[in-house]
Amino acid sequence: MSGTSLQRGLKAWMEEMDAPVASFFSSCVHCGICAEACLFYTETGDPKYTPIHKLEPMRRFWQQEFTLFGKLLKTVGLSKPVTDEELEEWETLVYDSCTLCGRCSMACPVGNDITYMIRKAREGFVASGHVPKGMVGAAGRAIRIGSPMGVKLSALEAQIRHIENDTGLKIPVDVEGADYMALLSSMEIMNFPEYIEALARIFKQAGVSWTLCSEAFEATNSGIQIGSKDIARQLVQRVVDGAEKLGVKYVISPECGHAYFAIRWEGPNLIGREYKFEVVHILELLDQLRAKGRLKVSEKFDERLTFHDPCQIVRKGGVLAETRNLMGMIASNFVEMEDHREHNWCCGGGGGVSSNERADELRIKVFSRKKKQLDAVAPETLVTACANCRLMLEDGLEEYHMELPVTGLTEMIAEKLVEEEK
Amino acid sequence: MTPTEFLVLTRGPLFDIAVTIFVFGIVLRLFEVLILGRKADLAAARGAEFKPGMATVMRRFVPDREKLQGSPVVTILGYLFHVGFFVCLLLFVPHIELIHSTLGISWPGLPTAMIDAVAVITMLALVGLFINRLNSKLLRFLSTFEDYFLLVVVFLTLFTGYLAFHRIVEPYPTALALHLLSVELMLVIFPFTKLMHTFTAFLGRYYNGAMYGRRGVES
Repeated sequence: MSGTSLQRGLKAWMEEMDAPVASFFSSCVHCGICAEACLFYTETGDPKYTPIHKLEPMRRFWQQEFTLFGKLLKTVGLSKPVTDEELEEWETLVYDSCTLCGRCSMACPVGNDITYMIRKAREGFVASGHVPKGMVGAAGRAIRIGSPMGVKLSALEAQIRHIENDTGLKIPVDVEGADYMALLSSMEIMNFPEYIEALARIFKQAGVSWTLCSEAFEATNSGIQIGSKDIARQLVQRVVDGAEKLGVKYVISPECGHAYFAIRWEGPNLIGREYKFEVVHILELLDQLRAKGRLKVSEKFDERLTFHDPCQIVRKGGVLAETRNLMGMIASNFVEMEDHREHNWCCGGGGGVSSNERADELRIKVFSRKKKQLDAVAPETLVTACANCRLMLEDGLEEYHMELPVTGLTEMIAEKLVEEEK
Repeated sequence: MTPTEFLVLTRGPLFDIAVTIFVFGIVLRLFEVLILGRKADLAAARGAEFKPGMATVMRRFVPDREKLQGSPVVTILGYLFHVGFFVCLLLFVPHIELIHSTLGISWPGLPTAMIDAVAVITMLALVGLFINRLNSKLLRFLSTFEDYFLLVVVFLTLFTGYLAFHRIVEPYPTALALHLLSVELMLVIFPFTKLMHTFTAFLGRYYNGAMYGRRGVES
């Protein structure tokens, strides 16, 4: 590495600029509508949380480097260069108060995909060393140990033994030539092993040939969240190597939102080539099995259920109809929150915010948005499909003294599965 | 300078210079945007790009519940102003005649009484947007000099046109020259300010819709 950290940051931005970013920056008229779409603004009323404002240093850099008029302004001193102090000041806006949820991108009248730009802006913040400690730690563990939470293979093996002993089910590991290779998030291994059990039960019923991979079981990608292509690429490569070694046809992204976005949408661009396998989200696969009649439930849940759409899977990931098809299969009393599907409000902990302890207080504060949404429909159980959302929802509900069980959709399905004894 | 000389100047050389800067400026700015290009996306697409891109271009014309509830002033006055401005610009008979004499194309206009009413509504909407920018804590925070300045410049084009049409400023050549001057000011700053969103917003919406559409989402 050469040059100051600031120069490295600006160089990273230089590489991130493209025609969409230039269009977006050229178009913003400061109408303030994106603020109303962002829970960090609506729940605090602080204008500094306006999504487009979080990009102000990058906008100026673009103007000064990529427009003739901006160059002129800079030359005569009417436009100040971006400074290190400024990036330090903006670090909290870019990391603590943005979950990359994409809601503002759906609202902007001139079509600015602000989240797309925040993701790019983070590349410059990482390169210039302005990153929250918690996220650096998570990314470091992901590279060194293989999991942002420091979960090792031995921990997974212990959970597998537990599940196999408790249920008599077999959890296949490193089976070459299996059709599907399932990925997990550390949170599922440590906090929600029910998910692994659910997979085993469902796949047994549906006759799906699947396996875990001992060298690539972790799906989450801290590199995407922190905004480092280098880290993200290494983590994706691990999965690609594992899948290609086992020769699977499909890789299953777990319920975890960012994991899906990372492996499905950013992955091939990070490693610079198309995959030799297909990536499916677990809900996509379950919905395919449902449509083919290979996934059957014995009865529906009677209680009032609602579904929290994980941003990265639904709004940004495109797994939309599948969530409702599956909810329809298991819920007799399903109720939609007012803003749902691509307009849902974030849990507040996406985009790396959950691993950034500094942001905890703010995250809990803005959870009031979710509380309002939930209060309006008063569900008896909250269903979601992302381990991170689930932890954040549980945390928020506890802080707001709300009694509401949170569960994962895959587990709900597994619970009502028709078990055909052979 | 006599009023007539003033009019000859604003109608002749100044107008030509302004239009030249406007046209070349826009070409330059669009070039600056498009030259950056877009990397090919290697992730297997779930949906198309072109149709969803165009759909988003259209969809963002429609104000939704959240915009009407969250930003009612900006949404309603913004809508009135944009529609009103283009009605005055493109459907006022003398404007159509000017366009016809330079570009050779023409279309039917609206009765002047109607244009007159639209112009008043448009100017009121602009005044409202300006006051709202000053009053709203959010917008005051976001606003730069440019945001206020552009509202004034656009207002002036309508206001001077209104003054000239109603013969409020005498003599008439001076009034018309002032109107032309305000338009020339707008044309000259257009490519180098946020007025460019008139063009780039379509690009931005398209990119947004195309990128989401590829992932199977209507944005």
